[in-house]
Amino acid sequence: MENGFSSPRTDAFPAGLRVLVVDDDPTWLKILEKMLKKCSYEVTTCCLARDALDMLRGKKDGFDIVISDVNMPDMDGFKLLEQVGLEMDLPVIMMSVDGETSRVMKGVQHGACDYLLKPVRMKELRNIWQHVFRKKIHEVKDIESHEGGPDEFDDGHLLSAGDTNLAKKRKDLENREHDDQEFSDPSAAKKVRVVWSVDLHQKFVNAVNQIGLDSEYQPGFLFNTLICIFIHKNISYFILCPSGDIWLSYLLFTTFSCHLNNACIEPLCVILLAEVGPKKILDLMNVPWLTRENVASHLQKYRLYLSRLQKQNEPKTSFGGIKLPDFSYKDPPGSFGLQSSTTMHQNNAANTNFGYSGNKILVQDVGSQIHGGDLEGIVSFLPAAEPKKALIGDVPDPQKTSSSSLMGTTHSLESLRPDVNYASFEFTIPRQHSWSGETPVKEQLKQEHEPYLLLGDGYTNPPLPIPHHIQVHRLRSVPSIYPRTSITERDKLGPIETRPLCTEYKSNHVTSISPVGRTVDLFSVQADSHIINPQAFEAISTITSSTKSRNFDQNCVNNLESVQQNIIPGSGSALLSSHGDVQLFSLQGCGYTENIGLQNIEFSDYNDSELVTELPSHLYDGLRFNCDYLDLMEYPTVDQGLFIA
Amino acid sequence: MESNHLQRQIAYTRKSLFDQGFLDEQFIQLEDLEDDANPNFVEEVVTLFYRDSTRLILNIEQALEKSPLDFTKLDNYMHQFKGSSSSIGARKVKIECTQFREYCKAGNAEGCTRTFQQVKKEHAALRKKLEAYFQLVRQAGPAETASHSK
Repeated sequence: MENGFSSPRTDAFPAGLRVLVVDDDPTWLKILEKMLKKCSYEVTTCCLARDALDMLRGKKDGFDIVISDVNMPDMDGFKLLEQVGLEMDLPVIMMSVDGETSRVMKGVQHGACDYLLKPVRMKELRNIWQHVFRKKIHEVKDIESHEGGPDEFDDGHLLSAGDTNLAKKRKDLENREHDDQEFSDPSAAKKVRVVWSVDLHQKFVNAVNQIGLDSEYQPGFLFNTLICIFIHKNISYFILCPSGDIWLSYLLFTTFSCHLNNACIEPLCVILLAEVGPKKILDLMNVPWLTRENVASHLQKYRLYLSRLQKQNEPKTSFGGIKLPDFSYKDPPGSFGLQSSTTMHQNNAANTNFGYSGNKILVQDVGSQIHGGDLEGIVSFLPAAEPKKALIGDVPDPQKTSSSSLMGTTHSLESLRPDVNYASFEFTIPRQHSWSGETPVKEQLKQEHEPYLLLGDGYTNPPLPIPHHIQVHRLRSVPSIYPRTSITERDKLGPIETRPLCTEYKSNHVTSISPVGRTVDLFSVQADSHIINPQAFEAISTITSSTKSRNFDQNCVNNLESVQQNIIPGSGSALLSSHGDVQLFSLQGCGYTENIGLQNIEFSDYNDSELVTELPSHLYDGLRFNCDYLDLMEYPTVDQGLFIA
Repeated sequence: MESNHLQRQIAYTRKSLFDQGFLDEQFIQLEDLEDDANPNFVEEVVTLFYRDSTRLILNIEQALEKSPLDFTKLDNYMHQFKGSSSSIGARKVKIECTQFREYCKAGNAEGCTRTFQQVKKEHAALRKKLEAYFQLVRQAGPAETASHSK
């Protein structure tokens, strides 16, 4: 029957509730076990958080509720709480002898459904079943609303009081199971709540890892890095390296730079960050009934979790843990996204709220022109050489880009040193970038949402052909696309050229929008500080910013910080082709300029009018900006180079 | 009678533990948990506590020998210790723990050291008392323990 209550119970719910207790104190563990047994619950004890997680994962649906102490030696109770919420979606109760408001608040913030103070009393434990019941009810409601069927509840209602709860619970469980596995009804209209069971989450993590592996890098960060490797014939070639981190991107860049040098092409360096997209994950997961939205929201949670991990692991959150030599973030880590707003001209409000959300910046690349196809999708780091902080080492103004913008980048790979501080993705986003007039872009920019600079469809696609619209601009003053903060959720970015810019922006979801495909998942900039991928922003900024003054704002940096980037190490080619995600983007003229509805976009003067101001629409695809994120956009990171004219 | 006398002695000892503030309500909760399935539950828990807390005390002692003192670490250890002590209702021990943590927060090394001596003292004193108490209880036999009233 229902798989909810596996053990036969003679009593009605809540007897037999399966509780997992986690506490490093053996005395308390013993006491709690006894107390819970007295409540007729089924108790399993565990003194290590890791063991608890293993148990939870091993026994799918084996527990109804978890009670955990806050202070544990091997793992912070809050972390465990998050994990359980992510993977198993079970109600978790926190316990501690410390009842300070801040602690309790932290517990609630991390998703605890209750916070008990030690010493715990029997009566408190007797009532824990309510959390289980409440969750079930909510799920059933979701299911019901989704399926619109009253059936699920009928039985419950018809049963006698004693059985009602049980029956209802059973139904709930059944429904839940059903929902999980059989729900393939594409009733997109209704959002059925997906329960992220252990298996499902494992599939999710595997998919993410897969993407990371494809990137030749272990995922720790769910961000793609977009690098503009070079510009050839006015086309900037970018690589979007999924699951890369800045450092790896850098490596990638340097790898490619050799190729480029061989081909007598001056490499640039642009770092764009994007994220692993839900679409790709969804594809890899191969779960038919799961929607991209489900994955996106789960990805968001996961990112949050990872970022927290990172923050804890690295005092300075430089790019997701990558410490680049010259990492000079203005803002100390921990600030997601654009924080710094110092450089950002505009607003900042948005900046602060960046978080990263599965945005992806897809820069589509301009594939064909890439040399040797390897470069496809090569994302090069554009040194922000610029006036402001040279992002990457010092990038001498390349000849190519007259303006420069791109982050100063340009071209010289050599100038990019490992210690380029990508980190500073503070790429100086040239604020001053002024988009060289790409009218079309501008128009597009007008759209409310700021386009993501990179759009690409799909990162999921294998080496992208050069986006038609994308022109590679020499890194000239690439108009920086400053995201306007006006991006609101769901705003679609106006396609830069003809392409629609990111498609709907889901609040908090960063899904790749875009007609092109999934890919560009722009960070959904959420005004309410949901996370926006700073990276995305960075990337975008990078792409856009090109004018000389690229100053990447701190935001960029911040973004980088907060963005966990996965830099794809290794050969660019490998990157490129191996991942569908790697895409070369050629950003077209950063035409994003003020025209773009982005509020925060400040376009510095673009020197280079050559730059194609139009970003290929797919660049914008998936750009979802929340206003907040637009700040990123300010950075004309994607400058010229990025834009493929 | 012997058993009555014993029972009275047990009751008296128990009461004085509460009256003198050595134990608090948590101890009663533990007694409530005792049943046929676990007739010696309270003693088991107390034994477990003393085994574990000895380790915690050692940690704190070692930490107190370092110089300069790492107050955060000390506070963490004491937090743990306090949590553990609360499990059996060791009231006086808990009070000293709280005091210790105050000194930690204030960065008062001397206060910490001094208070820790008090913690150990109370910890040991309670142990003696409980050992004596349980000895009586065991002497009285299982039937007698059930006569404990809440």
